[in-house]
Amino acid sequence: MKNLISRIGQSIKLPGLSFLMAFTITGIIIALSDEKVMNKIGSPIEFLKSAGASVGNAYLALFQGSIYDNRLAKSNFIEGFYPFFETIVTATPLILTGLSVALAFKSGLFNIGAQGQFIFGAIGASYVGFHFNLPIGIHIFAAAVAGMFLAAIWGGIVGFLKARTGAHEVILTIMLNYIAGYFILWLLKTKTFLRPGRIDPIAPEVAESARLPLLAGENFRIHAGIFIALAAALFVWWLLTKTTIGYKFRAVGANSQAARTAGISVPFVITATMMICGALAGLGGAVHVLGSEHALNADVAGSLGFDAITVALLGRAQPLGTVFAALLFGALHTGGRMMQSNTGVPLDIVVVTQGLIVLFIAAPVFVRYIFRLKKLNASAALTSKGWNG
Amino acid sequence: MRKIRSNVQKRRLQGVIIVSLLSSLSFLYFGFLKPGKDVTTFGFVLNNEWVIIKEWVIASQTGARIFSAISLVASAIAMFAYKKERTIVVPVAVASFGILMSFLTWIASGKFIPFTGLLQGGLLLSIPLIFGSMSGLVCERSGVINIAIEGQLLASAFVSGVVASVTQQAWWGLLAAPFAGAAISFLLATFAIKFSVDQVILGFVINVLVIGLTDFLYKKLLIPHQNTWNSPPTFEVIPIPLLSNIPVVGPIFFTQSIVVYLMFAIVAGVTFALYKTKWGLRTRAVGEHPTAADTVGIDVNKLRFRNVIFSGLIAGIGGAFFTVGFVGAFGKEMTAGAGFIALAALIFGKWSPIGAVFAALLFGFANNLQSTLSIIGVAIPSEFMLMVPYIATIIAVTGLVGRVRAPAADGIPYSRGGAH
Repeated sequence: MKNLISRIGQSIKLPGLSFLMAFTITGIIIALSDEKVMNKIGSPIEFLKSAGASVGNAYLALFQGSIYDNRLAKSNFIEGFYPFFETIVTATPLILTGLSVALAFKSGLFNIGAQGQFIFGAIGASYVGFHFNLPIGIHIFAAAVAGMFLAAIWGGIVGFLKARTGAHEVILTIMLNYIAGYFILWLLKTKTFLRPGRIDPIAPEVAESARLPLLAGENFRIHAGIFIALAAALFVWWLLTKTTIGYKFRAVGANSQAARTAGISVPFVITATMMICGALAGLGGAVHVLGSEHALNADVAGSLGFDAITVALLGRAQPLGTVFAALLFGALHTGGRMMQSNTGVPLDIVVVTQGLIVLFIAAPVFVRYIFRLKKLNASAALTSKGWNG
Repeated sequence: MRKIRSNVQKRRLQGVIIVSLLSSLSFLYFGFLKPGKDVTTFGFVLNNEWVIIKEWVIASQTGARIFSAISLVASAIAMFAYKKERTIVVPVAVASFGILMSFLTWIASGKFIPFTGLLQGGLLLSIPLIFGSMSGLVCERSGVINIAIEGQLLASAFVSGVVASVTQQAWWGLLAAPFAGAAISFLLATFAIKFSVDQVILGFVINVLVIGLTDFLYKKLLIPHQNTWNSPPTFEVIPIPLLSNIPVVGPIFFTQSIVVYLMFAIVAGVTFALYKTKWGLRTRAVGEHPTAADTVGIDVNKLRFRNVIFSGLIAGIGGAFFTVGFVGAFGKEMTAGAGFIALAALIFGKWSPIGAVFAALLFGFANNLQSTLSIIGVAIPSEFMLMVPYIATIIAVTGLVGRVRAPAADGIPYSRGGAH
């Protein structure tokens, strides 16, 4: 029993300390950029008090904006969880794109292309969603599959090119992200996609029959997409641990030379991985459009593709870890909005927090050095492959 | 060995065949099947340089035929050179130029192309890319992958803008920028070399941090206090006497601001230093075979650390170009992916300084061509033109220009005894 507790303690030590450092540094930045605080720089005690208040208010708003806000609980306490439901809405596409990046890591690939794959998923789902009239259920399914299909091709291009020519996936995916970004800009100007009567780039709304059902009534945006995301996480876990193909993925990720010697077709694994990754990110795009956005616009992906990478890194490329990481970053983004409007601290600070957390998690040696730890469980540090890998 | 050689030859042949096909296609399409009906005007004079020709007016169809014919001839020479196993670079370059000119005369039928302005703008757009790729070069030749170029550029653009704004001196901005770049480098070097963090992931995370921090400070400080914090002066253009009067070349290379002249110096300096000095030899040795370098007494990690810091200084000047060198005020995420394109240019140029510079110029030119064409109003959607540099990069890295190979030890942390 004691052994178990110490093992759990060991495994949460690194994330815990990383969080602590990240939120401390973020707090310092918030305090130092606050004029009210800086005006009191003359007297140290007043300065510290006001800095504490400034940071405290910001973090309180962050919490109220993402988890629970008692001011919203007017008729019953469930209403107070409105921010938490919003967090889940934000986290849903993040889980899916995060899984896309995580799965790629398992095969030794660094998929920066979730952004582009997400865009194509959104395009496919949107098109089927507004162009066809299908029965409920079938319509959602068809739209999601269309999105996944397009995104799987977009991801597959990366895998195919890497497998054939050895070009590095980081460069390929960055370039394909730009291309996808310009493609959607163009697409939204075409007759097929431009909403009648509009000149700004926005597509028609998807039909009612293609929208994901809401889970908590009209007043909340939370939709069934979260179950799709969780099912996808389960699928990735199953794929990686229970199937032969998943075993091959991990073998190539661990040591592609050894895998080749053992008779595994590395080009096949790379292409298949990238197709599945594409499909996952594409499903993210589809769920985003069918669940909360309902219409395709040029900025549909926002920074989701990049947040996905931090999510996967924080989740250590484990399916369950990715789900938790996406919930955390979803909470940061949702709460960040409340923080911005209530305390005037720009939302972008949560990107810094996010980056710091991931930086420290990726640098266990550094954390050990700072806290003078003798032992720190960091066996699962993620690696990518250099240009020649 | 024989197989590698034949692979290289196969790629060369592919290149020649593609160029020949494109030449024939442009000859047929622009010259005969769908010729431009009007005349195309090329303008050559921008400022007060000596005038040889002010404007050149040519019937679109004739022009397209002439330029395509030139590229057809060049393709034939390239094919001949390939058969003789001579270098095919020059004829292929001429042929590509012919195809491009043929395309320009065709698409701008009835319109005016400011030829010198097109090239000058192309150079301006490629300046941050060149600084960025030099930064990447200095890092990567010594064996540290630098994905954080974007972060270096953005951080130094921010700092130089703010410093120049507060002091109201563009010079102070230019002086401060390299320190910002070096600070980002310090982060990269410390975590990559001292704490052996995976360099690709690290570079990515550093970019996230810089984007987040500059966005935050931009909203918090720069927008509310535009006048104090974000109104930097910019450098004046300094025309070089006589040289700036040479037609075409003068306005492009010798009518620029100090930042651009600094770039010429840095490119020349880095190229010379990398191949002709002790530092350059050591850098390349450490990047290719650190163990061997260590054996002869080179402190691998110390050299790498210094190179990474040095790379930040270079990128810093590139960042200053965004604010004090060109635009003035800092804008949210104003580098807009230039760091990634610089990285692509480095790879496209096969990790050689000259190659990287040419690749960066190509990207800059393609980008400016796109905006010039959309300004004069041609039928191609600008989004597709905007894709061109990225598609070109994909073609480049997938091996059309021959297999690219990074320095052998690039991205691998070094520790004595080979514990990596």
